[in-house]
Amino acid sequence: MNIKLKRKVENYIFLGLSFLSAGFGLFFLFWILGDLLLNGFKYINIDLFTKDPVPPGMEGGGLKHAFIGHIIITVLGTVIGTPIGILAGIYFAEYGRNSKIAKIGRNVVDVMVSNPSIVIGAVVYAILVKPVGHFMGFAGGVALALLMIPVIVITTDEMMKLVPQQTREAAYALGAQPWQVSFHIVLKAAKVGVLTGVILGVARISGETAPLLFTSFNNNFTTFDPTKPMASLTVTVFQYAMGPYDDWHRQAWAASFILTFGVLLASITARYIIQRKKY
Amino acid sequence: MEARKKALNQAKLFENVFKVVLGSAALFVGILLPLVIFISLYKESSLAINHFGVINFLTSTDWDPVAEKFGGLVPLMGTFIATFLATLIAAPISIGIAIFLVELSPNKLKPVFSTAIELLAGIPSIIYGMWGLFVMAPLFGEKIEPWLTENFQNVPLVGKLFEGSPTGIDVMTTSLVLSIMIIPFMSSVVKDAFNMVPSIMRESAYALGATKWEVIKQVMIPITASSIAGGLILSVGRALGETMAVTFLAGNVNQIPKSLFDPFTTITVALANQFTEADTAIYLSSLYFLALILFVISFFVLYLSKIMLLRLEKKWKV
Repeated sequence: MNIKLKRKVENYIFLGLSFLSAGFGLFFLFWILGDLLLNGFKYINIDLFTKDPVPPGMEGGGLKHAFIGHIIITVLGTVIGTPIGILAGIYFAEYGRNSKIAKIGRNVVDVMVSNPSIVIGAVVYAILVKPVGHFMGFAGGVALALLMIPVIVITTDEMMKLVPQQTREAAYALGAQPWQVSFHIVLKAAKVGVLTGVILGVARISGETAPLLFTSFNNNFTTFDPTKPMASLTVTVFQYAMGPYDDWHRQAWAASFILTFGVLLASITARYIIQRKKY
Repeated sequence: MEARKKALNQAKLFENVFKVVLGSAALFVGILLPLVIFISLYKESSLAINHFGVINFLTSTDWDPVAEKFGGLVPLMGTFIATFLATLIAAPISIGIAIFLVELSPNKLKPVFSTAIELLAGIPSIIYGMWGLFVMAPLFGEKIEPWLTENFQNVPLVGKLFEGSPTGIDVMTTSLVLSIMIIPFMSSVVKDAFNMVPSIMRESAYALGATKWEVIKQVMIPITASSIAGGLILSVGRALGETMAVTFLAGNVNQIPKSLFDPFTTITVALANQFTEADTAIYLSSLYFLALILFVISFFVLYLSKIMLLRLEKKWKV
């Protein structure tokens, strides 16, 4: 009788702890999102998007330079990273499915996807920024592309593997060349999944700060020229949040709110599409 | 006949071009990229390596840009301490969350809860940092830490951890925020592993009269042990390289923390704060040396986690 009771009590204690830990996770999620909503939403106004910053310490001004810079750098990263990622993914899934490169490469890519992003920033600084002599938006794009590629490779590889083998055989039976099978048949069948990988990659890079600190750096003015230093939302949030002015803090909250909900929306959409594909 | 041969040759040429293009993309991503990273970091840090020597750099606590004396022990220890504490907090909670998601949550709500936990991983790290600076640091500095000092200072052994002036910019808040960031990675790995356990194993245990917790403790956890270890190591790898959240909260003071309330520095904090300010070649090179150390450690840690995770897959997928 005693043992029975002890087992029951133990059961409830540990299951209770499990409930508590789920509560812990959800508590912090809602706390962070709630704070962002409370502090960020009310500071969003038209000036934030249409005005350049005013000199430090003065009220007013906006983050137009950072929004534009952020979009340009993210687009650059996506344009550079997507084709390389998809091509490598196709090789892993189709051409070299059982080759040595694919076998080693898959493990390496899985490792690289969690690699410290600040290290990538330091490397791009050494390769691009130092030889040219100044920070530039383009270098930021390259750093982000390098961070995005592993995400795209993994998703492309997985999504193309989901295409049934019979589809490929049917195409071969009609006399298609291997490249035609890969590009016209398999890639087309898996295009939603591959596109989702790109969205996941964009979601990942648009929240990155560390690699941009040493590459695109910052700029107080709006610029469209990727060979110049360029402001981004994340670096600006870093600068403003660490700075001493209340007006900076307000703008940092507003920018964080937009950034976070944009990123979360993109990743929820991508996950939803992938889940639907898999079943 | 001629035309057909020509078309065939053209197709073959096309085929080879594609093979080369795809292969070189794969080669670049899968093999060359980490090599390029390693080599360029090594090249940039060679000045510091030659000047200070590897062993000397790793054991020296100097960090003096004026005297041009640099050592990596302090940021390295800071990285290890923050990672260790964050993993210590995150590990039991992540396993708890995984158990909740697999065994306790109502089936209909499972996707909702999983997505919610995964959203924690989607929040950009700078947001964690800023939120930590504006919300957590004042809360801890003004309320929680003074309370801890008051109540635990005189407890032997533990008391030492709660000494010093509570500011909220210290080891404690950094580790806590870091742990929240790595929880989703570990819990999603453990959850996937739990889901891979064949239901017949669970059902057999239930049939023998085991309680839910006994099934978890004696069936699920032993079977998935290598995956749990893999998830743990993965989250360690994530925590090692985390930059922005830590930069806001660590305080960037070059000292090995003696209590939980001491400000400190890590490799990533040193890089983020000092990289663009480094004005001498040896200063920059020392920072690159730190980056190289970080890259090598995280690469091996993450690779180890990959090996651990593959073990379970091999066991059950055959």
